[in-house]
Amino acid sequence: MTHYDVAIVGAGPAGMSSAIEISQAGFTALLLDDQPAPGGQIYRSIENAHTDRLDILGPDYAEGKRLVAEFRSSSTTYIPNATVWNVSRDLTLAYTREGVSHGISADALIVASGAIERPTPMPGWTLPGVMTVGALQILLKAHGLLADAVVLVGSGPLIWLLAAQMIKAGAKPSAIVETLPLSHYFKALPKLRFNRPAFSYLKKGLLMMRSVKAAGVPVFLGAQGVAIEGSSRAEAVSFEIRGRMHRLPAETVALHQGIVPNQQITRLLHCDHRWSESQRSFLPVSDCFGETSVANLYIAGDGAGIGGAKVAAMQGRLAALRILEKASAVQNTATSELLAEIEKEISIRPFLEELYLPSAEIRDPKENTIVCRCEEITAGEVRASLASGVPGPNQIKSLLRTGMGPCQGRFCGLALSEIAAQYLGKTPASVGYYRIRAPLKPLRLTELANMGEAEVPQAPVKQELQK
Amino acid sequence: MLRRIAGRISPDIVFEFDGRPIHAAPGDTVASALLAAGETIFRSTPSSGKPRGPFCMMGVCFECLVEIDGVTDRQACLTPARDKMQVRKQRGFDATASS
Ligand SMILES: Cc1cc2nc3c(=O)[nH]c(=O)nc-3n(C[C@H](O)[C@@H](O)[C@H](O)COP(=O)(O)OP(=O)(O)OC[C@H]3O[C@@H](n4cnc5c(N)ncnc54)[C@H](O)[C@@H]3O)c2cc1C
Ligand code: FES
Repeated sequence: MTHYDVAIVGAGPAGMSSAIEISQAGFTALLLDDQPAPGGQIYRSIENAHTDRLDILGPDYAEGKRLVAEFRSSSTTYIPNATVWNVSRDLTLAYTREGVSHGISADALIVASGAIERPTPMPGWTLPGVMTVGALQILLKAHGLLADAVVLVGSGPLIWLLAAQMIKAGAKPSAIVETLPLSHYFKALPKLRFNRPAFSYLKKGLLMMRSVKAAGVPVFLGAQGVAIEGSSRAEAVSFEIRGRMHRLPAETVALHQGIVPNQQITRLLHCDHRWSESQRSFLPVSDCFGETSVANLYIAGDGAGIGGAKVAAMQGRLAALRILEKASAVQNTATSELLAEIEKEISIRPFLEELYLPSAEIRDPKENTIVCRCEEITAGEVRASLASGVPGPNQIKSLLRTGMGPCQGRFCGLALSEIAAQYLGKTPASVGYYRIRAPLKPLRLTELANMGEAEVPQAPVKQELQK
Repeated sequence: MLRRIAGRISPDIVFEFDGRPIHAAPGDTVASALLAAGETIFRSTPSSGKPRGPFCMMGVCFECLVEIDGVTDRQACLTPARDKMQVRKQRGFDATASS
């Protein structure tokens, strides 16, 4: 088993920044990522993007070029297309790549696995043609594919960003259906802080919204009772605004209700987690440097709590510097500067969190709405099991098989905790979350059989980097 | 329907989807090439047999599972499209995740 000083999971801004810092200090760093190229969600496929695509995707995306180039020129061992499926508390780790499993060990591990989109259970959300807003953005960023006749549904900055990017690319969405109760705007305003980073985020947001409105995209605010209609694929979106019904035909429906930390690895390791009322999600507990309740296991970036790409990069550096500090027993002044900078950068979050708090309808879906997509279990079935005395997510899992399909609860876990909490009149913190076990993704027996024989293919991987 | 605003389909990457030839562009995954070719249904569910297609495109939802060259449960959104692949719609799941 190959050993590294530091292993990192995730090649987004957080993971790349960690790797740069570790390798610059002369330590060995391994970075594993399940995508074919570095960049993570925000900078996906940035190395292949030429001027026209950079123009469509905007300056925040283009900024990633420098970081990715710096990462590529570092001495990090970078392994793309590698999905981490197991991590143990002794910091050994298993990943699969092209059907073969490999194991490595490390003295410290930085989990920089980012965020995923919040589950958005609503009638019709399993129909083909319904995707997440992030999925449409990935098709645009990574594959230069643009959808026509799209209705964007939900709430959050990513909806406006995608709409603005689509308009620049030459296909304006047919409509935006925002599910925010209008009261959120009034509640959020007092949380606005006026400093330079907050002002710049706000300005960007307002400019995006203006460009969408200027392009003539119909925007429906305060939509309730959203349902996607269709027999074998999405055909229309229906909803209600102040008692009036609307129905918009759509070939593609893109859903979004904000993003939440991807908790798979920290849950697998039984790290402590806490419930964040303002982010309405569980967050791994860590100290200010990102060290979790498991020694030498760090969390950085949106996986630690949503802070955005700039904060992710700084947290990645911070965790790395902390590891180096501990290894050399020499304090680094850069850490306190980073902490102060992160503090300033996140000052917009309370406003955004209040504004984009997911609506009650999403947190407590209607009876026959599917909650667990893999096993096709409805909110009604979940409530019926609670009514019969089943106490929480793990027992519901054994009874109904929710969270036991291949996605392992990634797209139902949070929804289930919310439904159970609501039904039992408890907090999500007290009902808890699914226990997560390895493998983190379905594995074939042949993949496991190869485990241990094959070492990390150092030379071939390095060659691949040169291409 | 999706259209390409960048990248071109290449004569060197043609795979079959239930017998239909699908032309892919360099950098395509199986999922992006299929979506670009107008295919939205990738599998059917194990219990009710309902049609499903890609949802997240980032490897987390497992809605894009297909059979590739005889191997089931492959995530089409994470699998690079290659010439002469034999891709088939999948019914249900095969390998199971942890319990
Ligand atoms: C779909 C989506 C689109 C987004 N688009 C934008 C945007 O356009 N602009 C913006 O400002 N913010 C965007 N965000 C927010 C985003 O979270 C950024 O803030 C930023 O990318 C966070 O950086 P990160 O390094 O924490 O994680 P990420 O950039 O998310 O990187 C994490 C990486 O880890 C990989 N990974 C996860 N689990 C494993 C595993 N088990 N094995 C191997 N690899 C794994 C992921 O595939 C990913 O490549 C988006 C978020 C999502 C979910
Ligand atoms: S589309 Fe979600 S895993 Fe492939």
